[in-house]
Amino acid sequence: MITLEAESIENIREAVATARNPVMMYSIGKDSSVMLHLARKAFYPAPPPFPLLHVDTGWKFQEMYLHRTRMVAESGMKLITHTNPEGIAGGVGPFTHGSNYHTDVMKTQGLKQALDELGSDVVFGGARRDEEKSRAKERVFSFRAAGHRWDPKAQRPELWNLYNTHVKPGETIRVFPISNWTELDIWQYIYAERIPIVPLYLAAERPVINRNGQWIMVDDERFPFAPGEQAQLKRVRFRTLGCWPLTAAIESDADTLEAVIAETFNARGSEREGRLIDSDTPGSMEKKKQEGYF
Amino acid sequence: MSILHAQDIASFLDGQRNKETLRFITCGSVDDGKSTLIGRLLFESKSIFDDQLQALETDSRQYGTQGEKMDLALLVDGLQAEREQGITIDVAYRFFATERRRYIVADTPGHEQYTRNMATGASTADLAVILIGARKGVLTQTRRHSRIVAMMGIRHVVLAVNKMDLVGCDQAIYDGIVADYQTFAAGFAFSSIQAIPLSGLDGDNVLNHSTRMPWYSGPTLMEYLDTVGVHAPNERDAFRLPVQWVNRPNLDFRGFCGRIAEGAVRPGDTVRVLPSGVTVQVKAILAGFDEVDMATAGDAVTLTLTEEVDASRGDVLVAAAAPAEVADQFEAKLLWMVEHPMSPGRQYLLKLACKEVTATITDIKYREDVNTGTHLAAKTLGLNEIATVNLSTSAPLVFEPYGANRVLGGFILIDKLTFETVGAGMIDFALRRANNIHWQALELSKTVRAAQKHQAPRCIWFTGLSGSGKSTIANVLEKRLHAEGKHTYLLDGDNVRHGLNRDLGFTEADRVENIRRVAEVARLMVDAGLIVLVSFISPFISERRMARELFAPGEFLEVFVDTPIEECERRDVKGLYAKARAGTLKNFTGIDSPYEAPQAPELHLHAGQLSTQACVDALVGALETVT
Repeated sequence: MITLEAESIENIREAVATARNPVMMYSIGKDSSVMLHLARKAFYPAPPPFPLLHVDTGWKFQEMYLHRTRMVAESGMKLITHTNPEGIAGGVGPFTHGSNYHTDVMKTQGLKQALDELGSDVVFGGARRDEEKSRAKERVFSFRAAGHRWDPKAQRPELWNLYNTHVKPGETIRVFPISNWTELDIWQYIYAERIPIVPLYLAAERPVINRNGQWIMVDDERFPFAPGEQAQLKRVRFRTLGCWPLTAAIESDADTLEAVIAETFNARGSEREGRLIDSDTPGSMEKKKQEGYF
Repeated sequence: MSILHAQDIASFLDGQRNKETLRFITCGSVDDGKSTLIGRLLFESKSIFDDQLQALETDSRQYGTQGEKMDLALLVDGLQAEREQGITIDVAYRFFATERRRYIVADTPGHEQYTRNMATGASTADLAVILIGARKGVLTQTRRHSRIVAMMGIRHVVLAVNKMDLVGCDQAIYDGIVADYQTFAAGFAFSSIQAIPLSGLDGDNVLNHSTRMPWYSGPTLMEYLDTVGVHAPNERDAFRLPVQWVNRPNLDFRGFCGRIAEGAVRPGDTVRVLPSGVTVQVKAILAGFDEVDMATAGDAVTLTLTEEVDASRGDVLVAAAAPAEVADQFEAKLLWMVEHPMSPGRQYLLKLACKEVTATITDIKYREDVNTGTHLAAKTLGLNEIATVNLSTSAPLVFEPYGANRVLGGFILIDKLTFETVGAGMIDFALRRANNIHWQALELSKTVRAAQKHQAPRCIWFTGLSGSGKSTIANVLEKRLHAEGKHTYLLDGDNVRHGLNRDLGFTEADRVENIRRVAEVARLMVDAGLIVLVSFISPFISERRMARELFAPGEFLEVFVDTPIEECERRDVKGLYAKARAGTLKNFTGIDSPYEAPQAPELHLHAGQLSTQACVDALVGALETVT
């Protein structure tokens, strides 16, 4: 745990020491929360010398927006939010346009627009190698060609903890400081360091509807009920957080961090099981990543 | 694995905190079953979730190579291309834990073309599991990987003789392979080699002892990984902290941030800033938000010092009583990682810990045949080749031999133009020459010598294809300058090759050396106060850049004599194009050797359209504006 923490802090400092214009992706979830905490430790007593970037799809849980406001105030950092204007104009949403199109327009394209506007050469992300098979293959300092494209077959060799941080104009580097953390590490660290998290990670009674065998929470009035359909109250929590129509809840009684750690340790399903976008098509995460998704 | 209850979390976390992490790689020949073995470890340590197992069953039907059985290799081969081809291309990192340890496994590719990815995995590993297929025995790839494992400083090896099920679990076959390997590996500095017969496919001797091999009484793979001691105490344990970042939030706080590479530090300790050599005391140590009484190797810390000293990123704070070495010439091992060959004399960026400098390979002492270890003479290094080289850096480096400290002994080389990571190196020791050959401090300076000649010394560097008109223009220019009373000298490619450079040919490596020597001669002449005209094809951007960097700003004028190749070939003054076209002259620029046009020359002469006189007028004009 101590080694993981030190390695991550080293990664964050190295990126900042060599970057022209770094920015940290902040998605409000548990991994982002840990990454933000590590960044604050790395530069203490100064605040981290870069802004946070939230690519807002307009479909996050209400509690996530509340948490975002709180953490920005607490960290003293600048927050930049971006929502794809073309998506807003076209009224793009997961219910009307499907998860693939929504994710591509609102997340991937939105992210690229924001990064191009900011002119960032280094972008921190909270991805972990244990999440998904194509992420297990990615470098800590992941080089992106112009247009944010990832070429998994031509990654820069990454020896020791020595990172080649040079890029030409238009090229960028995505830095994943918590690459080597597992889901269980994240929870243990949140517990040990008392890191604030969105309450949706803990079990509570919430209004949900069963769609294709998964529990979707009705977070606002945009939910398209079928005729006669009604939300039911269930004790649920979330293992990951994203757009609320695309993130399924699990039935759980784990309403304390201790219980969440125990449940994570005993779990028989992976955390991304509840992510509807990962399993759309085979190799779908790798494809999304090649196009510039985190 | 047991079930964890919420009320036991406190003691569970204590156990987790103290758990050691072991990083290991699996390597060996293609088809020795590396990915399958890792899949087996993940599967049996219950690190695979139900939905991932379900996906695996689907994948096994689509891509699997194991018939009706689940293809565990597909758990690790995560890239689409890998699954389609059934091979491993890039290193994958996987995680699992037992009651005793946490593990980070790097599954590395077997194919020679992906050796650099294998080295990436090996660079951070404590142990290597080298697989050998029982039917095939010790192969070329086994030898190559063992050599790289040894070179990267891994001291502990597990010799996993895999696929024992395919040889009827025969002890004699196993013993033969182990004996073979031990003979081969005797020359490497491994501290332990543990051989284990196993079957990744069926799980024999992975977690559980095999019932099919009662003759084997040693540990299973998992038992061994759980107990092997890899973190031996250092022989020397002197404090080393490469300064990664200087934290200055306000005038009252100046913190030196970095990760301790070796030893320990306490408030009150005296440390030395290298390379400057200033000593100072440690005031306080911050680890995250907290002040601590001590920090040790591996910790990421921020130190404050009792006095204001000049230290910046790339400097190293060391124990005052046991400082590290500082040098600018080294002998090192080098692994070349790109297609484009390494040429001695060419400049690269070198990154070691937090320091980046310019470095040149001055000499390839010998190349090592990766498969046999034989020493070979070499003028250049190609993809995946290993050599022992001498290198020299533009500024002194604080370092330790790689064998004593990986952080201060390992470096990467970066191409100055493309920014690719081209090489990985490990310092053996410093060459003492720099200490003994000091620059003679001369009393007369370049300024004084130039003033006597009433001129500003310059290097005018003409580059362009053979037959583009470089020498013609340079000649006319020199005559004109001479007539104006200037002191000049013309260095011409052909003439220099008759004397100073007559030992050089036309390979890329020789061309690099050719330009290096000429650039150095031009520099001495500029130092003498002369206006030097250099007329060389000089086809490579990096060598022209190297030449430029020898001179003070404004002293070097790059002149691109840009004549279309069709025109040069039509002129063919020396008949060389004809010979090159006929194939009797090799490595001819523009025909079978590239010409890299300047991107921002001081003067771009379209010599195909301008008369020689017009070119010279333009040059004189340019000289006057910069003077």
